[in-house]
Amino acid sequence: MKNEINIRITGEAGQGIISAGMMLARMYTDSGRHVFAIQDYMSRIRGGNNFFQVRAATKPVAAPAKQADIIIALDKEAVEASKAALAPGGVMVLDAEKFGIKDLENGRINAPIYALAQEAGGPLYANSVALGILAALTCDNFEDAAKTVAREFASKGGEAALRNAQAARKGYDYAAGNIKDPAFRLAAAPHDRGCLLAGNEALALGVISAGCKFYSAYPMSPATGIMNTVADHAARYGIIVEQAEDEIAAVNMAIGASFAGVRAMTGTSGGGFALMCEGLSLAAMTETPLVIALIMRPGPATGFPTRTAQEDLLFALHAGHGEFARAVYTPGSPEECFLAAKRAFNTAERFQVPALILSDQYLGESFTNIKFPDTACEPPDRGRILKNGTTPGTRRYEYSDDGVSPRAIPGRSEALAAADSDEHGPEGHITELAEVRIKMTEKRLKLKMAGLAGEILPPTVVNPGAKTMLCGFGSTLGVLRETCAAAKETGFIHYPQIWPFPADATLAALKGTGRVLTVENNAGGQLAGLIRRESGVHAAGSVLKYDGRPFTPDEVVSALERGNQDGA
Amino acid sequence: MEPNDFNSADPVAWCPGCGNFGVQAALKAALAQLGKEPRQLLLVSGIGQAAKMPHYIKANFFNGLHGRALPAAAAAKIANRELTVIVTTGDGDCYGEGGNHFLHNIRRNVDITVIVHDNQIYGLTKGQASPTSEPGMKTKIQPGGVILAPFPPLETALALGCGFVARGYAAEREHLTELILAGIRHKGFSLIDVFQPCVSFNKLNTYEWYARRVYKVGPEHDAADKTAAMALAAQRERLPIGVIYSGAKPSYGELSGLDGMPPLVDADISNVDINPALADFR
Repeated sequence: MKNEINIRITGEAGQGIISAGMMLARMYTDSGRHVFAIQDYMSRIRGGNNFFQVRAATKPVAAPAKQADIIIALDKEAVEASKAALAPGGVMVLDAEKFGIKDLENGRINAPIYALAQEAGGPLYANSVALGILAALTCDNFEDAAKTVAREFASKGGEAALRNAQAARKGYDYAAGNIKDPAFRLAAAPHDRGCLLAGNEALALGVISAGCKFYSAYPMSPATGIMNTVADHAARYGIIVEQAEDEIAAVNMAIGASFAGVRAMTGTSGGGFALMCEGLSLAAMTETPLVIALIMRPGPATGFPTRTAQEDLLFALHAGHGEFARAVYTPGSPEECFLAAKRAFNTAERFQVPALILSDQYLGESFTNIKFPDTACEPPDRGRILKNGTTPGTRRYEYSDDGVSPRAIPGRSEALAAADSDEHGPEGHITELAEVRIKMTEKRLKLKMAGLAGEILPPTVVNPGAKTMLCGFGSTLGVLRETCAAAKETGFIHYPQIWPFPADATLAALKGTGRVLTVENNAGGQLAGLIRRESGVHAAGSVLKYDGRPFTPDEVVSALERGNQDGA
Repeated sequence: MEPNDFNSADPVAWCPGCGNFGVQAALKAALAQLGKEPRQLLLVSGIGQAAKMPHYIKANFFNGLHGRALPAAAAAKIANRELTVIVTTGDGDCYGEGGNHFLHNIRRNVDITVIVHDNQIYGLTKGQASPTSEPGMKTKIQPGGVILAPFPPLETALALGCGFVARGYAAEREHLTELILAGIRHKGFSLIDVFQPCVSFNKLNTYEWYARRVYKVGPEHDAADKTAAMALAAQRERLPIGVIYSGAKPSYGELSGLDGMPPLVDADISNVDINPALADFR
């Protein structure tokens, strides 16, 4: 029995790869395994080559594996495309007749996937046949697959459920009778499987849980999943999800709604965020609470729309003209995405600043099972909002020790609400006075930064002062964790909040260490530069990856062993 | 309420003789007739001379970015449907920088009133062509004269199905007051394009120029007749002012379900139970 197995289902867009992969992941979590699943897909709706790769194990897993023990190829192109991804001793299951392949190389197994699918009703059911085959190879029982299929199609009606169940059964029976290889049996370790969800979904749940009532965005991969999840639940929670005409409208709508007194946000990726920069600056100037989820993908420009990168760290830190305080959260897991969303809303309202949540395609769209965090954590704290009965003449931008002024909500207090993108005096009207300018700049930048710096989410630190200390932010948390478990004398520091930068915690974690390396999904080593600037620590190098794909722990381990610090 | 109840203490920075004073007076008079208090009103603007208006009227105000008044205003209304939301914008702000928002907020049809101070020139940046400038008008940037075709706001709004399309003239204050009041009372996106002479930079479209061309739409015009409205809007020699088109159509609030809910701003978010949503992922 294996304690871990990696499975890739691959084919062209439109073949139901994600649906099959999700069923597989659910089959494993429902039957007592842990999973981590990545999606690798092209920016097209039909054709090309996509895959969904599931890592299933008896212990929790938080990163993908480089290679797969079993690959199921649903079209001919996938056979070649996934050739190098087959692990030593692994098998690739393919439909030799359908793909016109006469001689099967070693490690390739024929299965009449499409003939079986046809028996169940048509080629549409090939993905359920694949699920049945995998159930036979790895679970040795059909019940797990049957339950999963029933659940998946419960809402789609009897016909779909029946035919998919038949397809899965046919795949199972064929594999049980014809593929005699017990090498892939996966042990189970029953546990409270918790939830199976992706980072974007967890983030969206955090948004709903935080009491967000208005989400405006323009569709953009890989951030759209957040909007989808919020929209799914909008009616129940009384949330308006508005598809804006562009990202400029999206951010200005979120600001307008927030000004009018509701928790509001927007979400996008790099190109859309570029369009939002003026709005970000407006939120800061008007001291209107604003939350933006920035789900990174490789750029510049359109880049790789459906792939992953951590290229926009410095962009997120510096976006928007002028000088102002902000908070930037960089969650590393679905749990941290949920918490970051709730914290971001509290920070935005308490300090009346923009709060960014910086994630990426890999974290946002990879699925894993987690024990869901305490849903009552971070209860909403709306900061200083004026209640009815307050003095009508309360000034919107009144000076204060911490830079935060009481905020009137239009129509909900005797005081009038004011917001001005021009430099303004305490009452909110335009001014050109030098001394007012100085005090307002200090209010928006220095005083608020001091407050934010007192509430930084603490970094995760493992083996502080180890011979080699790795540094990362955002989506690399799982990779850092697994790398340190596998590599000798290695520890890590991971930042769930990168701004304000926790310099003291960094110095404490890195004290006495032999070498400091950053692990980043970018080419520029942006985190290394930030650490140098903010703490004075010079990293000896960086393990960098910028091919649009996520790290795997073994890549980082081998980079450490090679002493290669410039690329994975 | 009296117009003076909406007086602001903020000193006005417009040029003496500016058409904006007429719009300001008409807006105050309309607000007084409407009978709502300053705290029930929200004035939203972008950037430009017209965008300073919210500083000069006592009400809640949001003076945002150039071109971006409409998205902020629409969302504020969505957040609190009890507010009366009025946008004061200009031809550059609304039809140029914010053109995309103009198009799509007519489609969105949130119940807001948009007053466009249309002076056919850029005032705040000192005299460049605007989207509505007359072809041939010479400026420092267009020394050979404007060569772009002017943007037709009324026809554009009509083509997009805007439910309330009107045009006023800053020198016709009482007439403009009526238009503004009708616009506020119309449920949905209301456009009031206002001819507003710029005494400092527009030497072509002066008070005299407008006086020779502007005429009030008479009772013979059926404002519910879209074809007749289009014909009026297309006039270029003589320039009609009045309600060009007015017709009921479902607003965003009705279609989205917002009108049947308590205002979003009043939702209690102190203890949102996420478990029903979480059930999908268990």
